[in-house]
Amino acid sequence: MIEKTANLSNLFKEKAAAAASSAELEQLRIEFLGKKGYVAELMNDLRNIPNEQKKEAGQLINEVKKFIESEIQNRNREILKAEELRLVEQAESYDESMPVDINSGSYHPITLVQREVEEIFKTMGFAVEDYYEITDDYNCFEALNIPKHHPARDMQDTYYLSTGQLLKTHTSAAQNTILRKYAKNLEQGNPIRAIFPGRCFRNEKIDACHENTFFQMEGIMVDKDISISNLIYFMKTMLSEVFQQDITVRLRPGFFPFVEPGFELDIQCTICKGKGCPSCKDSGWLELCPCGMIHPNVLTAAGIDPEKYIGFAFGLGMTRLAMMTYGVKDIRVFNSGSLKALSQFTEKSFTVPEESKEA
Amino acid sequence: MFVSINWIKDYVDLEGVDIRKLIESFTLATAEVEDIIVKGADVENVVVGEILSVENHPNSKKLHLLKVDAGSKVCNIVCGAPNVAVGQKVALALAGGRVCGGEIKVATVAGYESEGMCCSEKELGISEDNSGIMELDHSLANGTSIKDIFPIDDIIFEVDNKSLTNRPDLWGHYGIARELAALAGRELKPLELGDLSYDGDEKVDVKIGREDLVYRYSCIKMDNITKNKSPLDMRIRLYYCGMRGINLLADVTNYIMLEIGQPTHAFAGDSIENIVVTTPKEKTTFKTLDGVERVIDEETLMICNGDTHVGIAGIMGGLDSEIVENTGSVVLESANFDGVSIRKSSSRLGHRTDASARYEKMLDPELTLDAVGRFVKLVKDIDSGARVASKLTDEYVRKYPEISLSFDKKYVDRYTGIDISDEQINKTLTALGFAVDYADGNFNVKVPSWRATKDVTIKADIIEEITRIYGYDNFMISTTRSPLKPVRMSQGKSEDYEVKDILVKKYSFNEVHSYLWCDGKKYKKLGIEVEDNVKVLNIENSENGVLRNSMIPTLLVTASENKDYAETFGIFEIGRVVNGTKADGTCGEEKHLGAVLYSKAMSEKALYFKGVEIVNCIVELIKQKKAEYTKIEAIHNWQHPKNTARVCVDGKAIGVINTLYPSNLAKLDKNAAVVCIEIDMDALAAVNADKIAFAEPSTQQATYYDLSLVVPEGVRYSSIEASWNSLGISELESVRIIDTYDKGDLKSITVRLNFSSHERTLEMEEVQAWIDKVIENLAKIGVTLRA
Repeated sequence: MIEKTANLSNLFKEKAAAAASSAELEQLRIEFLGKKGYVAELMNDLRNIPNEQKKEAGQLINEVKKFIESEIQNRNREILKAEELRLVEQAESYDESMPVDINSGSYHPITLVQREVEEIFKTMGFAVEDYYEITDDYNCFEALNIPKHHPARDMQDTYYLSTGQLLKTHTSAAQNTILRKYAKNLEQGNPIRAIFPGRCFRNEKIDACHENTFFQMEGIMVDKDISISNLIYFMKTMLSEVFQQDITVRLRPGFFPFVEPGFELDIQCTICKGKGCPSCKDSGWLELCPCGMIHPNVLTAAGIDPEKYIGFAFGLGMTRLAMMTYGVKDIRVFNSGSLKALSQFTEKSFTVPEESKEA
Repeated sequence: MFVSINWIKDYVDLEGVDIRKLIESFTLATAEVEDIIVKGADVENVVVGEILSVENHPNSKKLHLLKVDAGSKVCNIVCGAPNVAVGQKVALALAGGRVCGGEIKVATVAGYESEGMCCSEKELGISEDNSGIMELDHSLANGTSIKDIFPIDDIIFEVDNKSLTNRPDLWGHYGIARELAALAGRELKPLELGDLSYDGDEKVDVKIGREDLVYRYSCIKMDNITKNKSPLDMRIRLYYCGMRGINLLADVTNYIMLEIGQPTHAFAGDSIENIVVTTPKEKTTFKTLDGVERVIDEETLMICNGDTHVGIAGIMGGLDSEIVENTGSVVLESANFDGVSIRKSSSRLGHRTDASARYEKMLDPELTLDAVGRFVKLVKDIDSGARVASKLTDEYVRKYPEISLSFDKKYVDRYTGIDISDEQINKTLTALGFAVDYADGNFNVKVPSWRATKDVTIKADIIEEITRIYGYDNFMISTTRSPLKPVRMSQGKSEDYEVKDILVKKYSFNEVHSYLWCDGKKYKKLGIEVEDNVKVLNIENSENGVLRNSMIPTLLVTASENKDYAETFGIFEIGRVVNGTKADGTCGEEKHLGAVLYSKAMSEKALYFKGVEIVNCIVELIKQKKAEYTKIEAIHNWQHPKNTARVCVDGKAIGVINTLYPSNLAKLDKNAAVVCIEIDMDALAAVNADKIAFAEPSTQQATYYDLSLVVPEGVRYSSIEASWNSLGISELESVRIIDTYDKGDLKSITVRLNFSSHERTLEMEEVQAWIDKVIENLAKIGVTLRA
């Protein structure tokens, strides 16, 4: 029996090594361990063995059975492993550099810039307001302390409509409406903080630098104690966020009838850092935001007592900012509808282009 | 405006002051300086020379051979100027020196050595005169540097005129000097005025016809003026400041304008009888001194000599009363006219002058007498024989009110947010000419006349004066102490962005911008008529003057212009349209989304359903609602009569989807399909968003039932849908179209009805019972099962 079991073990080893698939291995299992298999045969042989040897012989058969069972498992594992390796081996290696069409849409550059600036102001507690494109003399001029005979009202600057209305020439036209909307909040101790982006129109000949239709953003803040110091702080903080770098600002006196004092805010040229370059016409500074303390007459026109409340206002040329941000040299691109140009603006968030960061 | 530092130095001692820094602080405190020009840097080693001898050049008719005494030596000079003579004193540029033409070297000219050059005024950079060499006064010593005699060295800075719009006081050197004095902490010297005393009875009679258009009219007569050329240093200043020397009287009036900002006009003295300042009774013509005949209307203020027009007030004098040389006597007008009237007249005439530009700014009427005083002083200094020949006439018909303002330090602190001392406030305002009355922290200031015409009228204006001289660069900056409150986007704005995101990110649309008005020419190419609407009255191209009443036509133009961009693309814009006028006569402005789908690859039908999908997606994602569609008649000619549908949410119209009328489509592109979507963004924003209704997914076995239906012509899916929706079967989870078949007469669809229950596995019998009812309902609208 010793010899028989040993032979059987060897036979299995031989055959198992030759088995190349799980299916062949299953055949071997049936051949050796099946009802009519070799092990079953040995069990039958047990009957012919003397009783005193039966126990020992039975143990031997059990051992060989266990051996075969575990060998089948081991061998099966090996076969599966080899099969996996073969699949990996045969698999195709893909070329990620092949062009694929992401079929991406695009935002208008003004949308991108506007959204970015709005986000910055929202985090600073400013409400984002909307306003009409068509307004009237009162909102566009009179409520802003622009006297009747001011040159800004002349036909050459403003588009007048057959209804007697006009196309707003600046986002400041919304000031009266927005101040009125929030005036009651002041009494409850809540400051007015709002920005209102919008499209403006001026009767201008169109060329690479001039458009009759362009975007601005206006911002106001009104409370009991708002100062020039606060105005500079907010402008500096906002512009540093917009340009994603620490921005140096300077204020110069500027005249706008709806603010007093009024300022032209310049930023130190982001390209040459103030040394002078073609972008800043060698001055080291870029004129960016007109701003100032809201004129008492403007507050009064909106039903706010200028003795009790004070505030600042600023304007930001969004079209200009978009040109600076993306290095657009011809303003006509914005209203061109040319998809070759406009489809490039796919990013939700804009970044300052590298070349404008370098010296 | 050009400002000469030499001129400023007449009024402020700038000894020891860094001029460039001072100019920079002027930019920050007063007005923007655009350019700084150093004059005289090109002129070096030019001395007074005396011509000792003149010989004709043997080989040239033009050239002369000169011996010139340059003080230290006698030089041989070859000179081409026509006006050379023995004994003449000239400006001699020596070898090694420079003039505006370049470096001077010893050179051989036509065979003769020349050791320098006799200069013209142009070569010294002090005028345009290049007609001959400059002739100098005989008293000058040979060898004296020319720069010691004439103020050729100067620094000129150019101030941006726009930044002076609200500062009438800065349109002359004296006003700028006042600012620079305040900035440098130096004193401003007074203007030197001439003596106007006159013993006779002569007086120029002045009558003001239009008192509403005149503030003040001052004039005086001078006679016995024999000189007619102004001195070189005056002409250099004029030239450096951008003007040309003409003759003595014209130069003096220009000089006064550049000096104190007050335009004056010199009339030939003998021709003036009596002056009337009024507007003409009827339209007439008038020839100004530039020789142009101009049409004068009834609102243009004129200066008349009796009945004859002699000048357009504040704009330009007439040709006939122009001062030509040897006038001898002169009537000087120094007046102040209404700024608005001058601006409007000058704009109607299409003629803007240095004078009118200044009057527009509302000059200080107090200046008229300063100008008269300066005129008498300057003329007498130049021509000692000249004398005052009349009493002063001074018609001061309108005065600006005096302005006094009171405030305290607290007011200043609140505005500035920083601490500027009482002493500094006092000092600044005083330096700027404000009369300051200060006691116990309270300020009472009188605004000087030159700032009181419009510029400084309220307390807040004083803040600017204090802070700009203090310097904004010196401000400590700080955030506000206001409480912070949460903010929301105003209604409509967030919907705009959500729509943009859906279109760009989900449907790959490109956002474009277009104009508010229709482009008639481009519309025509697509066969689109410009529909009647509100118009822009003053647009350059009147064909474009009608405001758009729909976003679509412009987008169609854009699509047509981008046909080569891609096989298939979508474009959109959220913009304004004007839907006629409202009951109150104002524009019905609406904010619309316009979107156009264009495809050369897809069928119109497939593209149309893509459009429907987009609309459904917008309504579902933003408002969690379902869009409904109703066929409507075309609103615009370019819409397809059969495939124009109104989009409704909650029964309210929010927009329209349509295909194009065949002829418009053909003009746009014969081989493409186009679908248009227009949504009223305010209407969309006004829809109440549904809350997301969450339903626990069923864990029970679901079952489905497919129905293949034959759909007769004219039956819409919405009525097929009603046949099961009306049954209110809560176990009907969803219905999906799994197949459509559309060939010839037979139109068929296969729908799959999915059933499931939360409580139990559904029995086939109950499902069959529901299906039977559905089939019953379908039969009522003529829909049968396919055999």
